[in-house]
Amino acid sequence: MPRRTDIEHVLVIGSGPIVIGQACEFDYSGTQACRVLREEGIRVSLINSNPATIMTDPEFADATYIEPITAEYVEKVLADQAAHGFPVDAVLATLGGQTALNTAIALDERGVLAQYGVELIGADIPAIQRGEDRQVFKDVVRSIGGDVPRSAVCHTMEQVRATVSDLGLPVVIRPSFTMGGLGSGMAYTAKDLERLAGTGLAASPVHEVLIEESVLGWKEFELEVMRDGKDNAVVVCSIENLDPMGVHTGDSITVAPAMSLTDREYQRMRDLGLAILRAVGVATGGCNIQFAINPADGRMVVIEMNPRVSRSSALASKATGFPIAKIAAKLAIGYTLDEIANDITKATPAAFEPALDYVVVKIPRFAF
Amino acid sequence: MNHGPGTGPTPAVLVLEDGRVYRGAAFGATGSAFGEAVFTTGMTGYQETLTDPSYRRQVVVATAPQIGNTGWVAGDGPSVGNGPENPSDNESAAIWVAGFVIRDLAPRPSNWRSTTTLPQEMERQGVVGVSGVDTRALTRHLRTAGAMRCGIFSGAAVGELPGMLEQVRAQPPMAGADLTGEVSTPGIYTVPAQGSERFSVAAIDLGIKANTPRLLAANGIRTHVVPASITVEEIESLGVDGVFLSNGPGDPATADAIVELTKAILDRRIPLFGICFGNQILGRALGFGTFKLKFGHRGINQPVRDHGTGRVLVTAHNHGFAVDAPLDEVIDTPYGRAKVAFSCLNDGVVEGLECLDVPAFSVQFHPEAAAGPHDAGYLFARFVDLMADRKVSA
Repeated sequence: MPRRTDIEHVLVIGSGPIVIGQACEFDYSGTQACRVLREEGIRVSLINSNPATIMTDPEFADATYIEPITAEYVEKVLADQAAHGFPVDAVLATLGGQTALNTAIALDERGVLAQYGVELIGADIPAIQRGEDRQVFKDVVRSIGGDVPRSAVCHTMEQVRATVSDLGLPVVIRPSFTMGGLGSGMAYTAKDLERLAGTGLAASPVHEVLIEESVLGWKEFELEVMRDGKDNAVVVCSIENLDPMGVHTGDSITVAPAMSLTDREYQRMRDLGLAILRAVGVATGGCNIQFAINPADGRMVVIEMNPRVSRSSALASKATGFPIAKIAAKLAIGYTLDEIANDITKATPAAFEPALDYVVVKIPRFAF
Repeated sequence: MNHGPGTGPTPAVLVLEDGRVYRGAAFGATGSAFGEAVFTTGMTGYQETLTDPSYRRQVVVATAPQIGNTGWVAGDGPSVGNGPENPSDNESAAIWVAGFVIRDLAPRPSNWRSTTTLPQEMERQGVVGVSGVDTRALTRHLRTAGAMRCGIFSGAAVGELPGMLEQVRAQPPMAGADLTGEVSTPGIYTVPAQGSERFSVAAIDLGIKANTPRLLAANGIRTHVVPASITVEEIESLGVDGVFLSNGPGDPATADAIVELTKAILDRRIPLFGICFGNQILGRALGFGTFKLKFGHRGINQPVRDHGTGRVLVTAHNHGFAVDAPLDEVIDTPYGRAKVAFSCLNDGVVEGLECLDVPAFSVQFHPEAAAGPHDAGYLFARFVDLMADRKVSA
């Protein structure tokens, strides 16, 4: 399946300022995407509020807008380009972190995508929602035979208290649609619960928190997976957190590849990861899926997924030499994994799973 | 790490037939071991690899950076059949590799199912290992120079280089090696179907892995695992619906008896499915040649194209030989038309054959996985379909 001929102009939504959820990793991925698209002869427009990024250097896009990354401004960009005779065919929002993804959802809700006849490439709105909405995602995982931590979605403090009386403490509190774990936390006491759940409800744009069974101390893993338009799917990299569940991945020492899985466990994880990718319906591109395993009895649960290139993707790309963002951009415009050359060997295709003879260790640096 | 406190590691030496020497520390049993040096790139599943009979007389080099992390899962039995509650991760009753070469040995396992450690199990089974080897340099050398004979010498077996080299060069090479008799089952054993039984199959044991009867069982098939010395009349007397040719070690060019048996099965139009060595046997029965690859395919990340669907499967490989057949044409054989149904994306090697006029197909890779991905598991259902079609038309 060669490159699509119906896409001549792509708007890339960039990464914005360097904060959690919009980190410099997304400048890396977005820059790769812009470069790939232009190499393919596609006109690239770019919106990014942060001029201190590589991708906003003039040579990376045909038109660069240093504007706030909001649906309102993206709509202005679409209108401006159309007015100049360059209507945008597609928006690529899966390489700019959570901000870009949220902007894509907002664009859809405002009817902007339909109004301008613009297609969302990579992951479409239903796929983003299946991946991002915690309850919908849990249902997806269960539908393909996976296990998830026991939990309940709550919209009020009364619901939170009722849930905890059932699950027992400690519990995890996860607000919906927030970035970088904002408002998330572990409540060990009733006092913690009141404070964290209250903050979480306030932090969530939809006033929703998930109260979840504690998997504190379980082994924590991530898979970086990719899928193309012909439904070929591969695991690019596995990552194991040396710090177990309960320590945020950003604060954890992480190791690629995963080092303490038997083949049975790893293949079960791989089967689940690829089934989730397909069931969520990410048409093309990369995803990050997180798992926990109880070290006492091997129970494996799926924690969450990012239906987009994530911060871990940058680590996985560097760790394996498999350029996830670059390949995600090529997949988004129609190429398949077997049509793209492996960046390392040049002679074999990108449809493979990197085998490492080394470990890559990420150690966080704390600004104490 | 067979050493007490303060004594330091027991030295071990890996000697290649071309005179290259890699020094490291002994683990598992100490002594000497000889075989063909081959490398595998799998990052999980060393236990399945070590217990795979296809590695008979091979010294396996793991490119994975650290080995032993998941210990050894002996489970509640040798894992033949549908498996007990806590099944073993063994793919057969014993470790088959001649020796094991690794970079770094994990000091302790992290796996709730582990019953012992890797070095303890290797020592119990008398398997010699060497750790601390620069496995990347070794692998690059084997990729350039090709798979070759080698020896591991540790403890008292370590001697002067010329003497060790002489012992290595005295070993028979893998090309021309007939190893089937060394790994095949002495008698017939049966693995029942899971749930309702749809078909029964004779699986010719050329070095079969436990997961094959397990997956056949999961597809409603009762499997009689039979010795490689079986005759076609004996197979017919079992009243089976199909025949399976297993994986296994050695040079397919030496397996004339199995090739003749396969021809007799094709003559009788009994549905046939082969894996790995079984693919090479079907290839030879159809009149194709087989040849030794320079350094083989061993790993669990190999992309293979299903020519029927165009899809790419990530598959487990363990083969040093391959079938020589043209990739993109229908070929006339003594058993009607045949075609290459699978090929490797990396190097275009034939990875599967399909007969168009007799009910037979085979793959060079391992749909039974263990270790490896499950992308090709659907081929067991395809074998069921072949037997179902045969029953309808018969």
